[in-house]
Amino acid sequence: MSDKKINAPMVNTGEFFTSGNLAVAEGSLAAGCKFFGGYPITPSSEVAEHMSIKLPQSNGHFVQFEDEIASIASILGASWGGWKSMTATSGPGYSLMLENIGLGIMTETPCVIVNVQRGGPSTGLPTLVGQQDIQQARWGSHGDYEIIALSPNSVQECFDLAVTAFNLAEEYRVPVTILMDETIGHMSEKLVIPEADKIEIVNRKKPTDEAEGHLPYKADDDLIPPMAVAGEGYNVMATGLTHDERGYPALDVNSQEVLLTRLLDKIRKNKDKIIKLEEYMLDDAEFVIISFGISSRAAKGAVNLARKKGLKVGYLRLITIWPFPDEQIAQIASKVKAIFITEINSGQVTREVQRAVEGKSKVHGLFKLGGAIHTPTEIVEEIERRTK
Amino acid sequence: MSDRIEIRFAGFGGQGIALMGRLVGEVISLHEEGKNSVMTQSYGPESRGGASSCDVVIDTQTIDYPKSTAFDYFVVMSEEAYHKYIPRLKEGGIIFVEENLVTLDDHAKKASKIHKIPATAIAETLGSRLYANIAMLGFVCANTDLFSEEAFVQVMKAKVRARFIEKNLVAFEKGKNHK
Repeated sequence: MSDKKINAPMVNTGEFFTSGNLAVAEGSLAAGCKFFGGYPITPSSEVAEHMSIKLPQSNGHFVQFEDEIASIASILGASWGGWKSMTATSGPGYSLMLENIGLGIMTETPCVIVNVQRGGPSTGLPTLVGQQDIQQARWGSHGDYEIIALSPNSVQECFDLAVTAFNLAEEYRVPVTILMDETIGHMSEKLVIPEADKIEIVNRKKPTDEAEGHLPYKADDDLIPPMAVAGEGYNVMATGLTHDERGYPALDVNSQEVLLTRLLDKIRKNKDKIIKLEEYMLDDAEFVIISFGISSRAAKGAVNLARKKGLKVGYLRLITIWPFPDEQIAQIASKVKAIFITEINSGQVTREVQRAVEGKSKVHGLFKLGGAIHTPTEIVEEIERRTK
Repeated sequence: MSDRIEIRFAGFGGQGIALMGRLVGEVISLHEEGKNSVMTQSYGPESRGGASSCDVVIDTQTIDYPKSTAFDYFVVMSEEAYHKYIPRLKEGGIIFVEENLVTLDDHAKKASKIHKIPATAIAETLGSRLYANIAMLGFVCANTDLFSEEAFVQVMKAKVRARFIEKNLVAFEKGKNHK
C-alpha cells in the first residue's frame, strides 16, 4: 500500500493482465463510482477487495456492512446523496438484495449491482460457475417492472460493461445488474483501460427549474425525471409507496397506472438504445447458437468448429440480457432451421427465446446445471445429433 | 484454432502453481507481439497440500474457449497432479516434470519429449522450496519458444515481492541452465 494518494485518478489507464473481478471494479471506478457498500461473498470477493483499496485512494468511500440487505440499502442512500454507487455479490447475497432492488426501481435510484454467479440454489456451489440467476435478475423483486441486466464474456468487457452499467443507471434512473459468473470473474486476460477522456460518461439529469414548487417525479418527454440529490436545495422525496409527481404517497388506481406505466415505458420505449448484441457468421446460417457470458466463449468456439465441418452455424450473443431482444431473435428465427441456446442453468434464457420465436423455428436448449462450462466439441456434437 | 497452444501447470497448493500461470499469461499477453493468452485456474476451498492447477491458453487469434481440452504442454510438480491430469495430455505433447516429486508411468509414453528437473532441490540450495516454481519456469523458457527471458524477468520483477526478486532471478537462471 505504498500508493496512498487521496485524489488518485479514477481511470487507471494502461494495459494489464488481470481478472474479470478486478476489471469490473476498475470499470466502475472509471465510470465515477464513489461508494461501494457490500458484504464479501465467493466468487465476487475480489471486487470488494479491490474497491476497498482503490476507493479510499480516490476520495471515495468503502463500507463493509453486516449483510447484503444493509449493503443494497446503503448504495441506494449513497446515490441519493449524489455518489455513483455499487455493490458486488453472488446468488445468496443477490437473493437478500431483491427487496431493496425493488425500492431502487420504485424510487428511480441509479446504482449498479454486480452478481458474480455461482451454482445454486441456496449456498450451492460457492466456488464454481453458474448462470442460474438470469430470471431472478428479471423477476426477483415483487411487483411489475422493467430492469436492465448486462452480461460480459471477457475481462475487457467486464471493464467496458461496468462503464455502460453506470451510464445506463444514470440515464434511465434504474438499478442495473451486471450478471457475471465465476469463470469470467476469476480468469485473467488482457485488459486495456483507455485514457479518461476516451471513456464516455453519462451523469444523471439535474433539475433546472426553481426549487420552490419543484416536482421531483415530474418526467421530461423522455419519461425520466431530473434528479436532485440531498443538499442541492430541492425537496428530496423517496418512497416505496406509489407516489405522485411531488413524491407524496398516492394510493389510488390512477396514480398507480400513471407511475407504473412510466416506469415500464422508460425502459420499453428505449429498448433499441439499451440492447447490445454481438452477431457472428449469421448471414448464411442455417442454425444459430444464442448464448451469453462465459457460455458464449464455448459457443463461438463451436461455431468455428462447426464451420470447419461444413455446418452453417451462426452465433448471437446477448450482451444485454434484460430487456430481452425479442424482435431481433424473432427475425433470426424466421431465417433459420433451428436455434440452440447454451447456458449453465436448466433453460432460463431458452424460455425467453421460445417465447420470442413464437414457433418460427425449432429451439433446443443445451444445458449445464452448474459447476462446469460447455466445451465447443460437445456443443457441435449436440447440434449434429439434433439436426440429423 | 490452428495456432492454439494449451499449457497445464499442476502441483499442490503452496508451490505457487497459479503464480506460474499468471506470470506466463501476462508475459505472453502483454509482451509477446501478436499473441493472446487466457489464464484460468482451479478454484476451490483447497489450501496448502491439496491439488492445484491452472491453464494458460495461447493463440494468435482471439481465444474463444478459455480452458484447456488437451494439453500441448504439461508442467507437473506433484505425483497426485500427474496421475489426475496425464490422461489429458495431447498425443505428442511435451512434459516438464519435477523429477523428485513425480514417478512417471506408461501414460507418459504419449509425450514426444519429457524434460526432467529437480526444481525443488535447486530451490533448496537458495534457502527455500518456494523458488521451485520459478526454477521450473526458467527450465520451460530454455526448452520452448513460448516466451522470452527478457519479458519474463521484466514481468516477474513487477509481480513478485521485492525481497524475493533476487533469489527468484537466480532460481530462473539455474532452471534455464539445467540440462
